[in-house]
Amino acid sequence: MLSKRIIPCLDVREGRTTKGIKFKNNVDIGDPVEMAQFYYESGADEIVFYDITASHEKRDIMIDVVRRVAETIFIPFSVGGGIRTVGDMQAVILAGAEKVSVNSAAVKNPDIIAEGARLFGSQCIVLGMDVKKVEKSETIPSGYEIVINGGRKYMGIDALEWALRAQELGAGEICLNSIDADGTREGYEINLTKLISTSVDIPVIASGGAGEPIHLADVLKKGCADAALIASMTHYGTYTVSEIKDFLQKEDVKVRNSW
Amino acid sequence: MIAIIDYDAGNLTSVERAVKHLDYPCVVTNDMKEIESAERVIFPGVGAAGSAMESLSRLNLGNALKSAVDSGKPVLGICLGTQIIMGHSDENDTPCLGFVDGNVRMFPDGLTEEGRKLKIPHMGWNRIQIKIDHPILSGVQTYDEFYFVHGYYPEPSNSTHVIATTEYGLTFSSVIGHDNIIATQFHPEKSGEPGLRILKNFCEWKLC
Repeated sequence: MLSKRIIPCLDVREGRTTKGIKFKNNVDIGDPVEMAQFYYESGADEIVFYDITASHEKRDIMIDVVRRVAETIFIPFSVGGGIRTVGDMQAVILAGAEKVSVNSAAVKNPDIIAEGARLFGSQCIVLGMDVKKVEKSETIPSGYEIVINGGRKYMGIDALEWALRAQELGAGEICLNSIDADGTREGYEINLTKLISTSVDIPVIASGGAGEPIHLADVLKKGCADAALIASMTHYGTYTVSEIKDFLQKEDVKVRNSW
Repeated sequence: MIAIIDYDAGNLTSVERAVKHLDYPCVVTNDMKEIESAERVIFPGVGAAGSAMESLSRLNLGNALKSAVDSGKPVLGICLGTQIIMGHSDENDTPCLGFVDGNVRMFPDGLTEEGRKLKIPHMGWNRIQIKIDHPILSGVQTYDEFYFVHGYYPEPSNSTHVIATTEYGLTFSSVIGHDNIIATQFHPEKSGEPGLRILKNFCEWKLC
C-alpha cells in the first residue's frame, strides 16, 4: 500500500530561500540546499522548489541550486516557477530534478504538457493549478476557476475541466493550490481537493492552507489527496515532519515512518 | 569501475550521483569495451519498453549486456531496466532481453485498496516483503519504504526468481534475482537511506 506523501515546499529567489526561515533550533537557514538536506534527514517524502526569481536572466542560479540539491538528497524533488518552455524543463531535469511543474505557461499553451510528457515521460510532468472558488456558471460548472498571477487574473477556465484535459495531455501529477486557503493556516480546501482527486486518475498533491497536523489528516482522508504540501508549519519550527507523521499515523493515515 | 549503461532511456544522472555519493567509481557509458571491462554493471531506465528495446538494439547494447550477464559479473537492473531483462513486455507488445523468464504486465484497471480505486501508475513510497534472503537486501528492515514509479510490473515464471514482493491492489515482484542478476522495480537512488544501502550492497556484492 502506498504511503501518503508529505512534501515541504521551498520558495527560492535568486538562490536563497525567501522568508527568514527558522527551524526548531532557531537558526536562520537561507540556503535551499541546507534546507533540503534538513528536510531529507527529517523524513520529507519529496521536496518542491518554487523559483520566484523575477528575472529570467537569473534562472541559471536556480539550475545551480538544483544541481547541488541533487548531489545532497536522495529522494524525488520537483522544480516549478518560471518554467515557460520545454528547454526550461530540460534544464532542471538534466540538473537532477525528478519532476518539473508548469502552471501559467500550461494555461497559456497547453501543448507544453504534451511535449514535456513526450520528451521526458509523464512521470516528470506536474501540472500546478491555482484555483479560486467562484459562482457556478456555464463556463465554470464546478464553481472553481483557474487563476494566474497569484490569483489576480481569472482565466475563465473550469478547474475540473482543466485537470482532466491536463491528464489527457500527459500530466503525471497535479499540484492543486487553493488560492482561497493559501496562507490562512486554517486548513486545505477539502471540497476542491476531493472533487479533483476523485475525478482524475493521476495523483493529486493538496496545497494551500496547512497550519495544523489535523489539516493534513483531513485532506488526505476526506479530501482523498495522495500527498500534502506544507510550508510555514514546518519552516518556522512549529512542527517537524516527523511530528506530523506521528500524528497522521495515529489518525490511521499510512505514512512512511522510517528513513 | 561500475558501468551505468546509457541507452537514451531517461535521465541517468541520479543513479550516477548516488553511486558517487557512496564513493564508488562509476561511469555512464554506452561503450562496449567500457562495459566489458567494468567490474559491475547497472542497467537503469525510465520510459517505455518499446523505445528502450529499439535504443538498445540501435546502440548494439543488448549484446553488451548479454556478455556482462554471461561473464558472471554483478548486474543491477532498475525500474525499466528490471522489466527489459524479462522475456517479454506487454507494453508495446515488446520482446525483451530474456535474461529472466517471464512477462511484464500492466496494472489492470479497477484495482482497489480498502474500497478506494487505485491510481495508475503506482507512484510513491511502498514497502517490500522479502521472500528469499539476498545479499543486496542485507540490513533492509520490514518497515523500510522505497520509491516506485511504474505502470507495468515484472512477473517471473519461476518463483525462485522472486526475491521480494510489494502490494498495490495485487502482489507483484519488486525485486528479482537470478544468479548474478539482481533487479529492483523501485528506484534505490531515490529511496533515501534504505535505497542507498541497497546500492551499497550491490557495489560490495561478491559472487562465489
